[in-house]
Amino acid sequence: MSEHIVPVKVYVGIFLALMVGTAITVLAAFQNFPGALNVIVAMTIAVVKATLVVLYFMHVRYSARLIWVIVASALFWMAILFALTFSDYWTRGWT
Amino acid sequence: MEEFTPPVPSKINYINAQYGLKSWLLTKDHKRIALLYLGSITFFFFIGGIYAMLIRLELLTPQGDLLQSTTYNKVFTQHGIIMVFFFLIPSIPATLGNFLVPMMIGAKDLAFPRINLLSWYIYMLGGLITIYALLAGGVDTGWTFYTPFSTTFSNSYVVAAGLGIFINGFSSILTGLNFIVTIHTMRAPGMTWFRLPLFIWSHYATSLVMILGTPVIAITVLLVAFERVAHIGIFDPAVGGDPVLFQHLFWFYSHPAVYIMILPSMGVVSELIANFSRKNIFGYSFVAFSSLAIAVFGFLVWGHHLFVSGQSIYAGMIFSFLSFAVAVPSAIKVFNWTATLYKGSISFDTPMLYALGFIGLFTIGGMTGLFLATLGVDVHVTDTYFIVAHFHYIMVGGAIFGYLGGLHYWWPKISGRMYPDGWGRFSALLIFAGFNLTFFPQFVAGYLGMPRRYHAYPPEFQVFNVLSTAGASILAVGYLIPAIYLVWSMRYGKVAPGNPWNLPGLEWRTQSPPPTENFDYTPVVTWEAYEFAPPEETEVVGRFRDEVPEKV
Amino acid sequence: MAESYVEHEVGHPALQHHFANLEQQREAGTLGMWVFLVTEIMFFGGMFLAYTLYRSKYPEAFAIASNHLDIKLGAINTAVLIFSSFTMAMAVYSTQIGKRRAQIISLVATIILGLAFLGIKAVEYYQKYEDHLIPGSLIPGNPFNPDPHAMHLTQGVLMQHVQMFYWIYFAMTGMHALHMIIGVGLLSFLLYFSVKGRYSPEYHNPVEVIGLYWHFVDIVWIFLFPLLYLLGRHTGGH
Repeated sequence: MSEHIVPVKVYVGIFLALMVGTAITVLAAFQNFPGALNVIVAMTIAVVKATLVVLYFMHVRYSARLIWVIVASALFWMAILFALTFSDYWTRGWT
Repeated sequence: MEEFTPPVPSKINYINAQYGLKSWLLTKDHKRIALLYLGSITFFFFIGGIYAMLIRLELLTPQGDLLQSTTYNKVFTQHGIIMVFFFLIPSIPATLGNFLVPMMIGAKDLAFPRINLLSWYIYMLGGLITIYALLAGGVDTGWTFYTPFSTTFSNSYVVAAGLGIFINGFSSILTGLNFIVTIHTMRAPGMTWFRLPLFIWSHYATSLVMILGTPVIAITVLLVAFERVAHIGIFDPAVGGDPVLFQHLFWFYSHPAVYIMILPSMGVVSELIANFSRKNIFGYSFVAFSSLAIAVFGFLVWGHHLFVSGQSIYAGMIFSFLSFAVAVPSAIKVFNWTATLYKGSISFDTPMLYALGFIGLFTIGGMTGLFLATLGVDVHVTDTYFIVAHFHYIMVGGAIFGYLGGLHYWWPKISGRMYPDGWGRFSALLIFAGFNLTFFPQFVAGYLGMPRRYHAYPPEFQVFNVLSTAGASILAVGYLIPAIYLVWSMRYGKVAPGNPWNLPGLEWRTQSPPPTENFDYTPVVTWEAYEFAPPEETEVVGRFRDEVPEKV
Repeated sequence: MAESYVEHEVGHPALQHHFANLEQQREAGTLGMWVFLVTEIMFFGGMFLAYTLYRSKYPEAFAIASNHLDIKLGAINTAVLIFSSFTMAMAVYSTQIGKRRAQIISLVATIILGLAFLGIKAVEYYQKYEDHLIPGSLIPGNPFNPDPHAMHLTQGVLMQHVQMFYWIYFAMTGMHALHMIIGVGLLSFLLYFSVKGRYSPEYHNPVEVIGLYWHFVDIVWIFLFPLLYLLGRHTGGH
């Protein structure tokens, strides 16, 4: 069995990091940042949290390259869906 | 073909291993599930075919005399829904793919046999709900379900049909998932990626499209159904919704869905061309990777269905360019097949006739696709019969030719019997002739401006429609003949040897029909794909062709 | 060559007939779940696309509608779900090292936390029902008809765009809740067999695979929480 057993310490650390991330994102939401910064901060924190879950809770950090490819391809196809749809909307004469 | 004594008649195979209806309905054997699918998609094919005949009969004359306009709307809608979602999408993957993917890679079954059976039940449930929608009153939105017509104005059974398609989508997802996992984890020892038959590569690419695209159509039709029931407004411009969003979501799946139909067919044709030329395929890795390239590029082009939706010239240019790009991997395949034929020892068996027909018809379908990717031409022919002809060249001339070719080619393996070769060749030629007579005139009519989806048309288009209806009648006879003789051959056909075509592929190295676990031993692969022995050794290979692979 | 020959290993009762060994079976199971999660990502992707489009079209209406959601319950639920992800990870861990008691306790904790999440969600839904915020005529007899004053609707913002937010809110959280319900069902199945002692360090693929699913559902919520509850708070939230 080639499986990697992640130590409990790591799980606890990730759990605490996720809780802290949740607290920060709630607090940040009430600050009036300039421009689109509120969105950027909220989404950055969400992406970091999701990445921690994927890498440690879902063991991707210790998984075969194939799993990395699968995760990456899902994100890539989401990017296609968004990018090409908005390539239409952003250039339309009407909205 | 040489005569060989059939395998010992008492030999147990997957068909006679168990008896009784229950043994079929609860089977986890991928080969039996393939046959369940074969029966059900044939049923749906003939339902869709009846609608096609009604369309052609109505269009025989310019007046709307046979069907009323509302009935006609339902007839072409239902033809589309049945053929696309319940025949073409599952056609090759669920039957030939189900049967052959494990056999070709030397596995005993797909990775998840229970999920495989589940996918068939899901398919049947989706099919039954759709049939309910047809019987209860039909659907008249066109197979594309464009909003806000489908959500607000149509007085037909949109929710039931949408639900049927939603459910059916899961069957497609589960099939794709099963194939991907099986190909990754269950290859026999020695079966490296570049020893895989091209049929496997194309099914891998198809599965990618299935798992990445189908969920999007699932959520889309679900939203349409909710919109219709509860009038919430997600796609309804009257309450702030955007119908163009529906078109984006719909075509994000439905354009790649064309590649779900054509890629497996290309895989079949790669097999047929190499094996009936008795030559290694020209440019194996190019053909293999072009399948993946089609699967990826196929997701980038859907915007060409929105050229006339008020899309900007910039977005139009992007999608136009990307649509041209998808022609490159398709052309690579056509060139490689042609190069494979060169100096091959070609035999014109029935499957090969279908394969050669495929190359010609797919080329016409693909080239006219380039016309449509060109912005200006597209505006001229949008919503005309040119479009109808184009996609039928791909879906019938491409997908169905590959399907029928593959079905004949592997029929001895599936059923253990040979089909009658004379009838086979005759019907292949009949289908080819009938197909061209049906759809070629539609290119002309469409280019001259005949719009699609009307039950009446100006009299000057009648000549094309008469030709088309005549062709459709020939086509119908052409489809009926194989349906009859294939059933006939299951009982009366000549008993097929394990390797009737004398080929190196793994699926031919076991008895026909195969045993439940496909091989008596786990095969160990020591040869490349399409590795034909030099002529002097062919004889020797042939002698052992009924043998299971020897333990190396 | 004879040594490279792979035959079906006889032995472990959980080994299915068509796999050569448990390692292959485990690999297939894990890969299958990952491929399935890809389809899930695309499934939610369609709704995320709709959210992004309409939020960019109607930012004020979305901010107003979002500010009416209960941020406290949303934040508590986020914490509950993250905690359940942690207990799920512990369930996998304790199975891997063969501690049955810890495994059962972790599974029970995960189920309880999942149910707690659903309970809090139900409370939120009920509040929306009372405020007539269920979009369209989804609930017969209680159409979308909130009090504009209570919503703090500003000039020029249309109620139908607020309704669009609520439809996306219900579609996405509803779909997420459905996944939670399925997840709780799968966990109960795990718990049943875990009590029966089926899972061991050699064979624990079901625990692992259902764990992946559970974490995925958690990730969806990690995105839903800021998108639905937080964006727009700074524009005069209360």
